[in-house]
Amino acid sequence: MADQSKVDKIISDLLWSIRLNKSFMLWFGFLGISLIVCLGAYGLQLKNGLIVTGLRDYVSWGMYISNFVFFVATSLIGMLISAVLGLSGQKWAAPLARIAEIIALAFAAVAGLVIVMDMGRPERLLNVLIHGRIQSPILWDVTVVTVYVLISTLFLYIPLIPDLKICYDRLDKLPPFARNIYKLLSLNWNGSHAQEKIIKKSTRVIAIFIIPVALAIHTVTSWLFANTSRVGWDSTIFGPYFVTGAFVAGCAAVIIAMYFYRKNYKLSDYITDFHFDQMGKLLVLVSLVYLYFTLNEYMVSGYKMKESEAFLIHDLFTGNHAFLFWSVQFFGLVLPIILLLFKKMRKPLPMLVIALFVLLGAWFKRYIIVVPTQEHPYLPIQNVPLDFKIYTPTVVETLITIAPFILVLIIITVLSKVIPIIPIHETIEQLDENK
Amino acid sequence: MSEKEEKPRRKTRREFLQDLGIVGIGTLIGGSAIFAGVNYDKKKKTADRIRVLTAENELLEIEKSDTTKVTKSKLQNLTYLQKEGRDGIAGRRWVMVIDLSKCRNARKCMAACNSAHHLRTEQHHINVLKMQDAKDTPAYYMPKPCQHCDNPPCVAVCPVDATFKRPDGIVLIDNERCIGCRFCVAACPYSARIFNWAEPINSLDDKDLTYNVELNVPQRKGTVSKCLFSADRLREGKLPYCVSACPNGVYYFGDENEDAVTNGTTKETVRFKKLLEDNGGYTLMPELGTHPRVYYLPPKGKEYPFQDIDKPEAAERMES
Repeated sequence: MADQSKVDKIISDLLWSIRLNKSFMLWFGFLGISLIVCLGAYGLQLKNGLIVTGLRDYVSWGMYISNFVFFVATSLIGMLISAVLGLSGQKWAAPLARIAEIIALAFAAVAGLVIVMDMGRPERLLNVLIHGRIQSPILWDVTVVTVYVLISTLFLYIPLIPDLKICYDRLDKLPPFARNIYKLLSLNWNGSHAQEKIIKKSTRVIAIFIIPVALAIHTVTSWLFANTSRVGWDSTIFGPYFVTGAFVAGCAAVIIAMYFYRKNYKLSDYITDFHFDQMGKLLVLVSLVYLYFTLNEYMVSGYKMKESEAFLIHDLFTGNHAFLFWSVQFFGLVLPIILLLFKKMRKPLPMLVIALFVLLGAWFKRYIIVVPTQEHPYLPIQNVPLDFKIYTPTVVETLITIAPFILVLIIITVLSKVIPIIPIHETIEQLDENK
Repeated sequence: MSEKEEKPRRKTRREFLQDLGIVGIGTLIGGSAIFAGVNYDKKKKTADRIRVLTAENELLEIEKSDTTKVTKSKLQNLTYLQKEGRDGIAGRRWVMVIDLSKCRNARKCMAACNSAHHLRTEQHHINVLKMQDAKDTPAYYMPKPCQHCDNPPCVAVCPVDATFKRPDGIVLIDNERCIGCRFCVAACPYSARIFNWAEPINSLDDKDLTYNVELNVPQRKGTVSKCLFSADRLREGKLPYCVSACPNGVYYFGDENEDAVTNGTTKETVRFKKLLEDNGGYTLMPELGTHPRVYYLPPKGKEYPFQDIDKPEAAERMES
């Protein structure tokens, strides 16, 4: 058995964050007020219609849909870190598994709301169930995203059961009702061999099952575009292109979360420089794969310059969207890859800055995929006002776009205040094994 | 006095005649009354009696005054229109032929369409585009309605079956069901669909109208709208709004099954297949496999000059 004092230290270290302090209140108040402002903007949209956005008949999908793609993308990281790395025996990733799962769950759950924000008639949402047509990729998306949210919840919950028991045992200063919730959720965990076995086995089954579902959610999301014959979307590699892009965004999100958790929750003994180093390498790997797909996507159509595609390619490479296009490729992909090759750059603070750039780049990359295509339909855009030809997002639309981010931050913050974000039970197990 | 009693009273001749007169007049009045009554009844039979067919398929004749009119609720009317709108017009396969050599950009089609469907000026169910295919080919005007594809990409992607393809070839949108996801707008390669971003222009006046899916009026905020081949006019046996409004003989409209199309301006009816054959008819972007029901005749031998003022816009896509 491991040293009892060490075990006690682990438990008290990892449970330290489960408390309400002043800085949390301030942060939460800030999130709450921002959310109210953004919801006010949404109220305006409900009242006046989507006219409050910059969307018009030609560019009819804009920031909201880019946002949706981004949210689905980021949520894939849960599958990569917890399932793929876990199953392939990468032990270093174990302490990060819960962070990745929290991010996955938050982004996937909010993605559903993002799509509702884009609807002209959100009150008719139930029509999708009443009159749903299985031919429509939207139905596929609704199905797989719902399944992914459910599986991610299980994937977060099942390995958490032993930790919930620890919370019940150790957090004796909490009010009784809170402790009882822990007790209830810990499902009479007693740490017996049989129970350990059930948890191990079910976690493994979920880890295997979540891989195809996660691949499906982003492949299907890419098909919302690839299944149309629009220039710039009509591509056979959109599935893998989107999935690899998703890992880039997700890794960046996890790195950012790691940095703040480590700093605010005093976890530098558990989320170490080694973890940042490894995540840096992982980010380089997935970014390289993504760069490869990006190159394929633009190289092939850029070389041929088919008449209809040429308008789009010119617009991206040298036209209206050129600045954004090249910034995204350079600051969001190429430069991070180069920088992260140096060990010095794989330290927490530089990694945070790089990850912020990558995440921002990832968002604008979705914008670059969604918007310019619609500004270049097959037939010319004529006899309409200028704002129909060039999409310019409005302030109201931007506020509504920010709202889901605030929701995600709220979910992540609340979850990290009620459950230990580093798995306690597994950390103790690890201690035993290392003996 | 006894003398008087003995003598039974006998009517005098004068009295008799008087009585006779009364009876005669009475008979006359009574008779004519009966005659008039019978006549009245006869009249009632033809004018004030109606035949009704019961739900059990029994034909009854009843007096009109005995009937009470059952007013259908708005919902019943809507249900009827929705069903009729989805069923289409039996036995028909509507087609449109647009003769580009005739179009002079008069835009009467656009105006007629916008007024019929209560659209804003920038909303186009039909749009006359200024086109040029290559640097040295001549520019031309091209009216572009919905192509009513036989393999419509918009219908395939609709998650709620709000937009649908009817047996008579028309693609319609039911704005009572549309959730406003705009997937159809994104999927249409012809940019034929529009969206009601704001409250539609006539929404106050149209408030009490029952929604007609074949006219898409009243328009609804937050839903998609599109060209309907004027399905409501076809049901009345008339040509579509745009076709009738054209002053230049650009449009032919008709039924593929009958192999006949009628020119909206000259009202001349010609063989559909022969028209295409004689004039090199074609469809837009056939490579996409959408199988449009709108056919074009090439802008060959135009009788009018393409306006200089429109040339830069037509050539815009040549320059990049």
